[in-house]
Amino acid sequence: MSIFINKDTRIITQGITGKTGQFHTEKCIEYANGKNCFVAGVNPKKAGESIFGVPIFGSVKEAAAETGATVSVIYVPPPGAAAAIWEAVEADLDFVICITEGVPVRDMLMVRNKMKQKVAAGGKETLLLGPNCPGLITPDEVKIGIMPGHIHMKGRIGVVSRSGTLTYEAVGQLTELGLGQSSAVGIGGDPINGLKHIDVMKAFNDDPETDAVIMIGEIGGPDEAEAAQWCKANMQKPIVGFIAGVTAPAGKRMGHAGALISGGADTANAKLAIMEECGFTVTRDPSEMGKLLKALL
Amino acid sequence: MKIHEYQGKQILKKFGVSVPRGIHCTTVDDAVKAAETLGGSVWVVKAQIHAGGRGKGGGVKVAKSLEQVREYANQILGMQLITHQTGAEGQKVRNLLVEEGADIRHEYYCAALTDRATQSVAMMASSEGGMDIEEVAHKTPEKIIKVFINPLVGMTDEQARTLADGIGVPEASKAQAMDTFKKLYTCYMETDASLAEINPLILEGNGNIKALDAKFNFDSNSLFRQEEIVAMRDLDEEDPDELEASHFDLTYISLDGNIGCLVNGAGLAMATMDTIKLFGAEPANFLDVGGGATTEKVTEAFKIMLKNPKVKGILVNIFGGIMRCDTIADGVVAAARETHLSVPLVVRMKGTNEQIGKQILKDSGLPIISADSMAEAATKIVAAVQ
Repeated sequence: MSIFINKDTRIITQGITGKTGQFHTEKCIEYANGKNCFVAGVNPKKAGESIFGVPIFGSVKEAAAETGATVSVIYVPPPGAAAAIWEAVEADLDFVICITEGVPVRDMLMVRNKMKQKVAAGGKETLLLGPNCPGLITPDEVKIGIMPGHIHMKGRIGVVSRSGTLTYEAVGQLTELGLGQSSAVGIGGDPINGLKHIDVMKAFNDDPETDAVIMIGEIGGPDEAEAAQWCKANMQKPIVGFIAGVTAPAGKRMGHAGALISGGADTANAKLAIMEECGFTVTRDPSEMGKLLKALL
Repeated sequence: MKIHEYQGKQILKKFGVSVPRGIHCTTVDDAVKAAETLGGSVWVVKAQIHAGGRGKGGGVKVAKSLEQVREYANQILGMQLITHQTGAEGQKVRNLLVEEGADIRHEYYCAALTDRATQSVAMMASSEGGMDIEEVAHKTPEKIIKVFINPLVGMTDEQARTLADGIGVPEASKAQAMDTFKKLYTCYMETDASLAEINPLILEGNGNIKALDAKFNFDSNSLFRQEEIVAMRDLDEEDPDELEASHFDLTYISLDGNIGCLVNGAGLAMATMDTIKLFGAEPANFLDVGGGATTEKVTEAFKIMLKNPKVKGILVNIFGGIMRCDTIADGVVAAARETHLSVPLVVRMKGTNEQIGKQILKDSGLPIISADSMAEAATKIVAAVQ
């Protein structure tokens, strides 16, 4: 098994005809079972055409109805990205992955609250990963996103991180040590997003084919601390934790009023301390993530 | 993106928030003329820089005569204003705001910002305005009242009343305070702000509620649709190196250490800085070259890092995914040649075409030190600069 996606997942690509969408769709199709997984693209102006053998539809709803796809990946440029997410949610998909970087925060605020409102009114819940994320991969089955496929190896370790290249770093270390991955998930670095560390940790905990997890965080926000508290009470698998940004200057990326709301627990040191207290094996040396995890097995 | 106080007040005024009459000026003569135009007998001369704590640093003076306006404008314009937010070297004052005096009965605080945890807009208010809100949060957290606004609903009367009641606005001024909170919220949303802070928000002797200061930050992702805000950008207030880096799509932040680092991806860049510190040195900068590290971008990145005279060595850490290591290696060699690099350079490359990349570095004949892991790279660069 794996989390969220596997070789049987059927995927729609929104923004398939743009430069970025084309580039990464081709790489995703080439990876493992991608040829069977990527079944539709969406572009209202090019409906009826096809690209890399993938048929293009006028809307997500139509693409889902015609192909049975339940997941979509979004490469739509920032001004239209939130509307693309909402289109996928309205089509009642299971899971939407938004790769787009630079989506206006207000647009994300609106669409996230619309998604919550829909669920509160009894509508189907659609999970969102991202925006501004590398996507996720289940090695040797399917890759949805912009990560380099070949550094991954099938196995039983889960990886979750906000950052793209830092996820690759952890995966690279594991693969070098002969430890494959069940799934690797990049949740993205934007302040208003979908799945958080805690959601991915829950999924790894429930996955019988994941034995241990590397959880990587960054400065800012309460997400890692929340995940750590949940893990302390519920997680039944060993976790290696790392937080990037011990040396980051305070207030450079975030006004002091932001830190105020989260109660000052958003520095790297504070998060490392909470994770340690919650039973994680934490490290301040990111070169050690793989080795430490191997020692826990 | 940040703006000046006088610009923030123009925005607040546009959204219907009461602000003092004031005039922006850039010369001493204009400051005196502004005071004459405003009339009255008390004026406030305020330094305009993109940093808080201006009053404590001597950048805000109350003048009781036109002579004093001239004297204070003369003192403040051109000074290096040092506050807890500017760093030790301070920020040069190029702009002034001359305002009518205010009859301050009480100073409150209010601010709007986006809250990650609840995915809503948090509006905060406090009875303890006019001082550092972090201090209030630390000493008397119960004096900060918060409400969380669902953007699909907007700010309700009840929420506005909770804030006004919570900070003790007198009955006669309550309606105006509630109205001000609602207008601040509308302004926050419509301008795509990431922070809108009024400190202090004052109660005047006549019961009027007025914004005596205005601090805005804006979401950089939204600037494409905020022409009016972008027009307010003051490049003089920005770090020239960070600005130049942004022209090449590089994210650069200068720091105090002596090891320059060039990395792809923000998370890996921070992790690299942390590793440098862990092995006994300090990073000189944060530099994210992003996804497409072309030869041109790498060369520009080297030039920007090397402008900093404190840099005694450079660490390049690239995880080649979509971007291939041989392309990066070509860029690093070209950059080292073009900049006539004279400080030690350690390169750690991982991922696609790693071996070809390493061979290119080796064949270049340049004294480039190669490393396999981040720890090894950090150890080598720390040893090389000592």
